[in-house]
Amino acid sequence: MKGIIFNPVLLKELKLRFRTFKSFSGLMFYLSVLIIFVSGFLLVFTEFSLTGFFKPSESFMMFSVISVLQMGLVMFMAPALTAGSISTEREKQTLNILLTTTQTSAQIIVGKLLSSVAFLILMLIAGLPLYSIVFLFGGVSPWQFITMFFYYLVTLIAIGSIGIMISTLTKRTIVSMIATYGTMVFLGFITLFFYFIGLSLEQLFIAQNPNTAPFSPITYFWASINPGVLIVTLLSPDIKSALTESVGISFPNWIIYLIFYVLITALSLTIAIRKLRANMKTNR
Amino acid sequence: MIEIQNLTKKFGDFKALDGLNMTVGEGIVFGFVGANGAGKTTAFSILATLLAPTSGDAFIDGKSVVKEPQEVRRIIGYMPDFFGVYDQLKTDEYLDFYGACYGIPERERKVLIPQLLELVNLSDKRYEYVDLLSRGMKQRLCLARCLIHDPKVLILDEPASGLDPRARVEMREIIKHLKAMGKTILISSHILPELAEMCDEIGVIDKGKLITQGNVEAIQAQLQGNRHITVKVLNEVEKTVKFLEEDPFVSSIEVMEGHGEITFIYKGSKEEQMQLLRKAITAGLSIYAFMEEEKDLEDVYMAITKGADTK
Repeated sequence: MKGIIFNPVLLKELKLRFRTFKSFSGLMFYLSVLIIFVSGFLLVFTEFSLTGFFKPSESFMMFSVISVLQMGLVMFMAPALTAGSISTEREKQTLNILLTTTQTSAQIIVGKLLSSVAFLILMLIAGLPLYSIVFLFGGVSPWQFITMFFYYLVTLIAIGSIGIMISTLTKRTIVSMIATYGTMVFLGFITLFFYFIGLSLEQLFIAQNPNTAPFSPITYFWASINPGVLIVTLLSPDIKSALTESVGISFPNWIIYLIFYVLITALSLTIAIRKLRANMKTNR
Repeated sequence: MIEIQNLTKKFGDFKALDGLNMTVGEGIVFGFVGANGAGKTTAFSILATLLAPTSGDAFIDGKSVVKEPQEVRRIIGYMPDFFGVYDQLKTDEYLDFYGACYGIPERERKVLIPQLLELVNLSDKRYEYVDLLSRGMKQRLCLARCLIHDPKVLILDEPASGLDPRARVEMREIIKHLKAMGKTILISSHILPELAEMCDEIGVIDKGKLITQGNVEAIQAQLQGNRHITVKVLNEVEKTVKFLEEDPFVSSIEVMEGHGEITFIYKGSKEEQMQLLRKAITAGLSIYAFMEEEKDLEDVYMAITKGADTK
C-alpha cells in the first residue's frame, strides 16, 4: 500500500506541477475569485447596513455562500487538473515508456490522482486565511468547518478519479476535458433538474391523491448526490428538513452522498487501472 | 533469449502480424528490416508488453509476454521509434525518475546515473533540462534510460532515425559497446550498412511474416549483383565511359554533365569489382573517387521480397 501511495510517479508529478507557471496562475485565479467575493460581501453588508456592524448571522451567511462557491471552484478546477493526466502523456509520447517500467498500473493511476488531489488541497489551504475572516465575526462552529472540508475532499477525489478514468479511456485530452466537464455539469446541475422534475411529478400525484404521503426515493437520490444541495443541507437544518419532507424520506442525505461518491471513486479507479495497459490475458 | 511463436496481431480485418516465428540467441544483436507497415513496430510493441497479441506468444528469457508481462518488463529495455520527454525535468532527474520506477534504491541511482551519462557521452548535460537537448542527445539519453535497470534484452525501434551522420555514428558506437557488454539487442533500421556493421543476424519482415533470417553475410550474399557504383573523375569523362563500357559486368552508365560524375550498375563479384578499379588506375584514368552506393531498405526489401514472391 505504501508503495502504491508514495511512488515515483507522484513525486515526479508534484515536481513538474510546481515548476510550471500554470499551477501558480491557477492558484492565483482561485484566490482572486475568493478575495473578490469576500471583500464584496463585507462591503455590501457593512456599508449598506448603515450600522457598520457585521452580525454573526450575516457571518454565517457569508460562510454558507463561500462554502458553495468553494465547492463550485473545486468542481471547476478538479477536471482541469486530472482530465489530461494520462491522455497528455499519450499525446507527448511519454506514456509507452512509462508503461514498460515495472510500475504497476495502480501505482501510476494513484500517483497521478494524488498529485492532483495534493494541488487541490493546497488550493483549499491557501484559501483558509480568507475563510478565517468568518471566524472573526463568529456564527460558525469549527465542526461545521471541518465537515465542509471533509466533503470537499471526498468530492475532489471522486471528480479526480472520474477525470483520470476518462483520460485513460480517451486518446485526446480535449475529448477527455469535454467529457469530464460534462460529468461535472451532470452532477452539479442536471441532478438538480431531475430533482425538480421528480418533485413536480410527486406534487402532481399528491394533488390527485390527497390522502397519500409523499414518498419519492429517486427524487431524493438526485438531490442527495448534488454537491450544492449537500453543502446547503449541511449548513441549514431548515433546508434539510424541507428537502426530506418534500420526498417523505428522513434518511440522511450525506450518507447517500458519501456512499455514492466513494463508489464512483472506486469504480473510476478500477476502470482506469484495468484499461491503462493492454490486457494481455483477455485480449487473446 | 527471445523466442517468438506464431505471433498474430489483427487490427480489425488488417493483419499486422501473420504467424510470426523467430528466435534470437543470447548476446546476439539482431537487426529487424521491413518497410513501413510491415509489422516491425507491432512486433516490438508486443515484446515490450504494450500490445496484446491476437494469438501466439513470445518469450523473453523464458518469460511469456502474455502471461508474465511484469516479469518481462524487468528484463527488457525498450526504446520506441517516437518518444517524448518531460519538459520540466533535468537530465539527471529524468534518469532518476525511471530508476525509481524500476525500484532501484536512491543510493544506487546516485552512483548509476553519472556512469550511464558517461556511457552515452552526456556527462556535461547532467543538469540541463531534457527538452533543451538536441534530438541526437535525447536519443542517447533514452538509451541510457533503457539501461538503468541493467536489462538483459534491449528492444530498440529505429534508434538512429532522424539523426545527423555524426549522431548516427555515436549511436552506433554505443550499441557496439552494449554488444560487448553481452546484451541481447533487437534493433530495427532502414539502413542496411548500418545494421550490417552492428548486427550479427538480420531478419526481413514483410506483411507481418518473416521472409528471411540469417547472419549478415548470408543476407548480403542474397543481394549480390546490381550494385550501384559512382565514379568521380577529374577529366577524361568520355575515356572513362569507354573504359567502363568494355567491362562485361557494367551496365546502365549515366554521366552527370559538368560534374565528372559517372554512375553505373555492376553485376560482378566483389573481386571482379576490385579488378575493375585496379585496371582503371593502371589505365591512367583520373579517378579520385570510387563509391558503392549504400543499399537502403528499399533495395534490400525489393530484392528479398521479389525473390519471395517468385518462389
